Formats: sequence, C-alpha cells, structure tokens
Amino acid sequence: MRGYLRGALLATAFGAAFGLACGAAGGAAWAATVKVGVVAPFSGPFAMVGKTFKEAIAVYQAEHGKEVAGTTVEFVFKDLDQANPAQSKALSQELVVKEKVGFLAGYFFTPDALAVAPLIDEANIPCVIFNAATSAITEKSPRYVRTSFTLWQNTVPLAEHMARQGIRKVVTAVSDYGPGIDGETAFKTTFEKAGGQVVDSIRMPLKSTDFAPFMQRIRDSGAEAIYAFLPAGPTTLAFVKAFNDNGLKDRGIKFFGPGDLTQEPDLPALGDAALGLTTTFNYSQAHDSEKNRRFLARHKELFGSSDTVTFTSVGAYDGVEVIYRMIEKAGGKVGPGKMDGAKAVESIKGLSWESPRGPVAIDPDSRHVTQTIYLRVVEKEGGRLINKEVAAFPNQPDYGYKAGK
Amino acid sequence: METLFGIAVDGVAYGMILFIISVGLSVTLGLMRVVNLAHGAFAMVGGYVASYAAQGLGLPYPAAIAVAVVLTVVATLPMEKLLYRRIYGSANELQQVLLTIGLTFVIVAGINYIFGPTLKRVPLPDMLVGVVELGPKAIPAHRAFVIAVGAAILLGLWWLLERTDFGIRLRAAVDDPAMAAALGIRTERLYAATFAIGTGLAALGGVLGAELLPLEPYYAIRYIVLFLAVVAVGGAGSIFGSAAAALALGIVDTAGKYLIPNFGEFFFYAALILILFRWPHGFFHGRAA
Repeated sequence: MRGYLRGALLATAFGAAFGLACGAAGGAAWAATVKVGVVAPFSGPFAMVGKTFKEAIAVYQAEHGKEVAGTTVEFVFKDLDQANPAQSKALSQELVVKEKVGFLAGYFFTPDALAVAPLIDEANIPCVIFNAATSAITEKSPRYVRTSFTLWQNTVPLAEHMARQGIRKVVTAVSDYGPGIDGETAFKTTFEKAGGQVVDSIRMPLKSTDFAPFMQRIRDSGAEAIYAFLPAGPTTLAFVKAFNDNGLKDRGIKFFGPGDLTQEPDLPALGDAALGLTTTFNYSQAHDSEKNRRFLARHKELFGSSDTVTFTSVGAYDGVEVIYRMIEKAGGKVGPGKMDGAKAVESIKGLSWESPRGPVAIDPDSRHVTQTIYLRVVEKEGGRLINKEVAAFPNQPDYGYKAGK
Repeated sequence: METLFGIAVDGVAYGMILFIISVGLSVTLGLMRVVNLAHGAFAMVGGYVASYAAQGLGLPYPAAIAVAVVLTVVATLPMEKLLYRRIYGSANELQQVLLTIGLTFVIVAGINYIFGPTLKRVPLPDMLVGVVELGPKAIPAHRAFVIAVGAAILLGLWWLLERTDFGIRLRAAVDDPAMAAALGIRTERLYAATFAIGTGLAALGGVLGAELLPLEPYYAIRYIVLFLAVVAVGGAGSIFGSAAAALALGIVDTAGKYLIPNFGEFFFYAALILILFRWPHGFFHGRAA
C-alpha cells in the first residue's frame, strides 16, 4: 500500500513536472479550444457507466455541435475503474496540470468526487458531477455543480408515498457506505414524520453477494414493506432475486427503493423477478416526452441501440448542457487563466431547461439539480421490461443539502 | 428456533457452493501440488459458457451445465499440457503463483472483451424456481438442489479416490512419482485426468453458484480468496476436509451477517484465523500436502 502510494505521489509529481515543462515549451493552450476532463470508470465492473457517459456526451455534441460561443469543446477521458479517492485526485490533477482542462466532470462514486474538492478550489475551475449522489458533496466546494440526483431527493417522495399507502411498519436495508446511509436517514426521518415506524435498519456490506441472511432478518422483523438501496451494479441483481427466492414476495412484503435497483441495463438480467418492483427515480427510459424520444432516437442512430440508456446517460447529457451554458455565459473566454471558476458556477445558478427526464433547474444554494421525481413500476411492454412512470412529484430539491446543520 | 433453522439452511447452501468450487482446487493442490490461482477463472468460464448456452442458444438447463463443464475441461486441458505440466511439484511455488495469476488476468480480460462488463445470468428451469417448504422454513428450490448436488459430489469423489483403481493409482503417483512410473503407471495421464476433474468441478460450481456469486468479469479475482480459504481450513487434498471447512465457513458467515449485518465479512475471516490458529494444516491433514 505504502509503496503504491509513493508510486502514485511520484507519478503525480512527475506528471506535474512534465506538464510544467510542456506548458513552458508550448506556450498558452490553443486559443479557441477548451478541454473538459472526464473521470469515470471505463473498465472493470462499472465500465458500463463510463460507456453511458461517453455516449451521452457524443449524443449531445451531435445535437448541438462541438462549438459554442466560438470555442470548440473537446472531451478528455480518464479511467478510474473503481472507487479510489487517491487515484481520483491524481487523475484529476493530471487533467488540470497536463491537459490544462477548463472543466472537470464525471465522477461515479461519492468518495472520488469528494477527493477533488481542494483541487478545484485551488485551480479555480468548475466541476460538474454526472452521478455521485451523496448530498454532502456540494457542501464541500462552491465550484461543484451536480446534474444527477441524491438519495434524499429520491427517498423523501418515496417515503411519503409509502405512508400515504397506509404502510406502517418498514425495514430499511441499504449498502453500508455514504449514499446508503443517506438513504436510510432520509427514509427514517420522512417516514417517521408521516407516522410510520422503521422496525429494523440493516446496513449491508458493499461486497455482499449472499443476501439470504438479511432476508431472514427482514422476515423476522415483521415489517410489511422494505426500503432497499444498493448501488446499481452486480449486487442489486442478487438482492432482488434473494427477495423473491426466500419467499418474501409470496408473503406479501412490498418492495420499494430508489431506481438504482431497476436501472435499464440490468432489467434484462433481472427478468420477471423485477415485475412489480416500485421505485422512485429521476429518469426512466420509458419517460413519455418528445425530448426523450428525440434523445433516444439520436442515441440509436449513433450507437445502433438505445437499450443501455439509463440515469447515468441523462446525468452526463445534462452535465454537458451545463458546461455549454457556462462557456456561453463567459462569452467563450474559458480555459485556464481566462476564466474564474467560481464566477462561471455563479453564472448558471437558477438556470432551467428541458432535459430528457423532464424540466430541470440548478438550485442556486445547493448547485444541485431540482427536478421531477417519478414513481415507477416495472412492467412488461412489447416483450421488454420497462420502468413505467405512474406518478410524478415535480420540483423536488435536494432535501439532504445541509440537512444535518 | 425457526430463525436458527433458517440460518443453518442458508449457511449450508452457501457452504455447498463454496465446496463444489473449492474441492477441485483442493484436489489439484493436495494431489498435484499446484497452487492454481486460475481456479476461480475456470469457474467463471464455466458460468459464462452456461449463460451463453442457455440464453444465446436456448439450451435447457441440464444441457447448459453439461456444455459448460465439457467445454471448460476441453479448453483447459491444453493448458495442463503446455503450462501446468512444467510447474508441478512443490519446488517452484513462486512460478506457480506467477503463472496462474497471469493466466487469471488473461482470462478476465478475455471474458471482458468477449462478453462485456455487464452481469450475466444462467436462467433457471421452472423446476428450480420457487421455494421448497422445509418444515418451518421455505428455502429456494435452487438452493435445495445445490445442497443435493454438493452431497452427491462429496460421496462420488470419496468413492472415486478411495475405492477405485483410478484412485489407488493416483495416490501412488502422488506419493512417489518415480516409483509409480517404474511400475508402469502413466503418471502424466493420471495428472491430466485429475486436472480435468478439478476444472470440471470448478465449472460446475461456477454455473450452480451463479445465483450467489454473480457472474461478472472480475469474478475470478473477487472470489479466489474464498476458495483458497476453504482449502486452507479443510487441509489441501482432503475431500471431507473441504466439505467441513466450506460448511463451517458458510454457516459462520451467514450467522454473522444475520446477527450483525454491518460487520460484513469480519466473521468469515475471524473464523478463518481462529481455525488456522488451532489447526495450522487445516482440519484434515491432506494425504500429500
């Protein structure tokens, strides 16, 4: 570990020195181009996420062109295959120093996004988060903007909905890390305020693959329903299957959770086990709007299929929207030394636009996206499983911003 | 009481999956003295082949399992001939580790390239979907099936190694290769056959365990530690040792997760440390190790 860290430090120092040498030799960056550095997983278990980011960026650029306010926008990708804050910071630093990026973007996992707070403050550049969903992130630097969602944002409407359904006893089961704890806290606070009772709170290790013991515990708790959150990926599948296979579904225990559990790329693998799962989320591929249909059609045209379009796609798509608007407001005067990052973020506060997910706006305080959260049920349509939106809760802010303060 | 029974059943099912995958590793390690870190990768290959056979080609579940086991064995036998044969024996453990971990990386990258990074499923037949009522506790039919298969493998392997001509020859070849060869036992063939059995079992476990250990390209690296733990606790080369170790670790892990969920894998590794502290060579001193 130590050797590795030393290696990383050396590499960073080396990269910095190399970058400085290049900068000195090459003079200023090319005037009419601005680079955007994207840090995300492009290999490893979460490679799907990086792919959706890349594709959404391509779709946006196909629709809006690569130029805005006389400046060409160029994306530079760095691969961060799993949550690793030290590596995240090193890669971001490399992007700032060596590639001279005007913006940082991407970040799938919370720890990776948090790690760059001091860096973006020092370099004074904006960082547009495409995904990482713990509320606390945007509190750590005024230069963060986020276009995804937070656990609080998805959970509060869900807990209220469950209380309205007359559900009284619920057990929460979440992955034991930042967003999971956020989800648990958000649910408990909201649900108990509405008069419900959380009979047991289970925190499951991120690496769990066998969920039978947790299912036994859920059965023993005597709850009528569960609120479950696991990050989208390999584990959600095993969790949902375990829920069905251990007879919890047959006992009539209802299953609720944020939409990460039923994201579109995983639905075929979940199969009929997913039917009837009720989730709240900011985006469903099946969202019924002209903008979304155009977005999907363009995606299909570019990549041959739109099956994998999911929440990370719109997070990135709208993230690029925000970056383009910042460049526009700055009149094309962007890039290192030409733009004040804090001012750039200031310039898009309150900005609102139409996204494939519906109407969205950047909240001036939290710099997080205010959006409609949809209640969805997994159904079969034309032989495919979809997240059918059955109700909408408009203008949901991030309830978790400075919640504990 | 019901809860205790539930934990026991879930623990046994988890343990059986660990046993089916690990026993092949135990056999190759104990009898042929090869630290085969690519064993998890072979299990993964089996799972992926079955997934493709069932979903891509529409084969029924038993056929998918058969195809997976046969194909994995066929694919790995040349490796035995070309690679493993050079590193048998306990003299070159470092070479064994380096070669097999390298092989693992190659397989991981290959699977990732061919099948992509998303999760793959092995669809279950209707017979194995749903639950079986075992007294007060309903367990998934699939787990009951896994427990049955695990028990069958345990008895079958024991019979094969202890009661057949093949087993006698193999043990002789392991104890004194030079003498066995002088007596006309074809040790190379025996080793290849044993390697094939180990690989086949890994593939079978990969398919059967896909519900518990989901198939993704990093499977090979993610779970190899579990398999090695079972072998270490059971004693390399001992079949009953592997079974006892897998069941013990499975039950401890399940009980720990039930009682204190956020402790994660603490109990698994705590049990591992305690057992190895008491029995440094595992429960059963392997015949050859």
